[in-house]
Amino acid sequence: MFQGGVKLVDFKEISKGKVIENFPASEKVIIPLSQHTGIPSKPLVKKGDAVLKGQLIGENAGFISSATHSSVSGTVIGIENCPLPGGRTTPAVVIENDGKDIPVEPVNRDWKNLKSEEIISIVRDSGIVGMGGAAFPSAVKLTIPKGKKAEYVLLNGCECEPFLTADYRVMREEPDRVVEGLLIICRALEVKKAYIGIESNKRDLVPLLRETITKFVSDTTVEIKVVPERYPQGSEKHLIKSVLNREVPSGGLPVDVGCVVFNVQTALAIRDAVCEGKPLIERVLTVTGLVRSPKNLRVRIGTPVSKVIEYCGIEITEKIKVILGGPMMGIQINNLDIPVLKGTSGILILPEEILPEEIQPCIRCGKCIEACPMLLVPAELGRYAENKRWDRCAEFNVADCIECGCCTYICPAKRPLVDLFKWAKAEIRKAQK
Amino acid sequence: MGKGRDKKGAKMTEIRCSPHIHSRETTKSIMWSVIIALLPATFGSIYFFGPDALKLIIVCILSCYIGEVVSNLIFRRKLKSFDGSEVVTGLLLAFVLPPSFPLWMAGIGGFLAIFLVKELFGGIGFNIFNPALAARAILTVAYPLEMTQFTAPLSYRVDAITTATPLGILKEGLGETLPSLWQMFIGNRAGCLGETSILLLLIGAIFLLYRRIITWHIPLSYILTVAVITAVVGQNPLFHILAGGLVLGAFFMATDYVTSPITPKGKIIFGIGCGIITSLIRLKGSYPEGVAYSIIFMNMFVPLIDKYTMPKKFGYVKKI
Repeated sequence: MFQGGVKLVDFKEISKGKVIENFPASEKVIIPLSQHTGIPSKPLVKKGDAVLKGQLIGENAGFISSATHSSVSGTVIGIENCPLPGGRTTPAVVIENDGKDIPVEPVNRDWKNLKSEEIISIVRDSGIVGMGGAAFPSAVKLTIPKGKKAEYVLLNGCECEPFLTADYRVMREEPDRVVEGLLIICRALEVKKAYIGIESNKRDLVPLLRETITKFVSDTTVEIKVVPERYPQGSEKHLIKSVLNREVPSGGLPVDVGCVVFNVQTALAIRDAVCEGKPLIERVLTVTGLVRSPKNLRVRIGTPVSKVIEYCGIEITEKIKVILGGPMMGIQINNLDIPVLKGTSGILILPEEILPEEIQPCIRCGKCIEACPMLLVPAELGRYAENKRWDRCAEFNVADCIECGCCTYICPAKRPLVDLFKWAKAEIRKAQK
Repeated sequence: MGKGRDKKGAKMTEIRCSPHIHSRETTKSIMWSVIIALLPATFGSIYFFGPDALKLIIVCILSCYIGEVVSNLIFRRKLKSFDGSEVVTGLLLAFVLPPSFPLWMAGIGGFLAIFLVKELFGGIGFNIFNPALAARAILTVAYPLEMTQFTAPLSYRVDAITTATPLGILKEGLGETLPSLWQMFIGNRAGCLGETSILLLLIGAIFLLYRRIITWHIPLSYILTVAVITAVVGQNPLFHILAGGLVLGAFFMATDYVTSPITPKGKIIFGIGCGIITSLIRLKGSYPEGVAYSIIFMNMFVPLIDKYTMPKKFGYVKKI
């Protein structure tokens, strides 16, 4: 178990029992060419082109990049600038749905006959990125840097953010595809041992997952680890610490301690891509909070958030906020034209929070130090950032901050610490250039 | 499309950085919890020392509030909402004054605690010294006689008698008999207003520990250090824990967030330091009591202690 973190009320009961529904594809989808970490994909279509469901519309533009596919069949209306959560904009392919859902030629492959490079190449071509939120291209993760070796694959089924239940439902309803995806990842990485990490509030999945594992392999190959329910248990570094008691070195990657971590839905997407030739064009997300009927939905990438919210019933007023992702690390948006992205794990509607307008002084209660899972000193870092002492921020390792929000959640003075740290990191990066 | 509006033109709330939920604890709720924790001892002091105690408490709180208002006016700051920190300082100041202390002197103390000790150093979160204790130190120097005259408990009902505190008796050896340990535990002894009843202080302390507003680090290391040192020199450690302001100081003063170390390890060092200095003053100094000075003294070391007790960060282990 890792040190620090916070105990949160999980609010998962709201949507935990809701069976995944297929959300009908909207008349128009907006598919941004940059939904992932890295270089945006290069558009391959132009206005007026007819596209099929699953057709490649943006190609890989570098090593850390991803392919983009159409999530419907129809006609390209154009390539327009599209707002993204966080205030950026990016070119996006806008497609008018013809409602026919004509797919590209399906394939049927047995992954057991595939070599590692073949799997990685399929994953790259299928536009698969980490679906836990960070949207890091999966093919890059599957390519182990020279001189390093992966010993274990960890399947991250923690879903430690309150409210979200999409991964839970996927494990509950599609255990075979998830486990098969994990085995495919093991094959691609030539790893002999995998762990499935789930938080204790999802303990009811253990018998089901165990049964599923034994359908494929011996249950020593894939072990289920129930880890304590404590935020941010689902952070890669902290899951590794809890499952294997290894600490990813500062500035390093999980593979530095022999681990590679994948989200549940990423594993499922990899399985579908490898076995059925299906690129990443839809995902399961949770719509929850103040909506009238909370749901777990399978949504096409590119569906405007407004459509999804409308479907679940909510009045948009001044008194609510819309968050993409969970309440701790999700990004608030106020433009509901923003489409659902590969990394959108949920749409959360929360009531407005009354917080002080000016930054209140730190009373040095030390709660943030207890809460920081990276064992930093947020109180001091916050004071330095507030006074623009970027040198001191760097010295006190602000770069190690994972922006999990524990310090800010717990702070009695309601200081916007994460905000300050993001600012400090940006300033330090700027200075290094 | 305007910022902050969706398609239908409905306004939405302003965008904020994550996290989007916050714990219910606020600076204000913490302050009021401390006030609640001090209530048993407050009532106890009124029981033992009568209306004088009540007047003193009211004057201290009011003067602290005046100090806050005056400094806000001088520094042209917006008047803060009443966050309760002035009440805490006022109560604690009253607690460390003798019951018969003149009210106008107490008023000066309360004003200085906030204006001089807290606000001139930058206000809440920035003061170096514990405001109540620093004000007490000023008053001790300014009015030495009034600060060392103690009335006997419950004597207000007949005729207020001046007497010595248990530590005073021990130091001066005036021939007066020491109260029993039980009397000292329930608070039936002479002393500063709020320090006498260990029982009532502990009730408040348990509340603060339970609410996780304070941690065990400082009080335990402080009290244990005093117990060990006094036991080593052959005195009764239990007497030293119950006498003077040790329990009040250890649970309610040394634990002041702003003026104590922020790391757990630092808190233990701070507590031990307070314990050593308290014992030294009590055993070797010219004052009978040393809690206030020891805490003020250790307050000065807080930045240094913090600097050397920063936690070992995640991911700074040897690579496997």
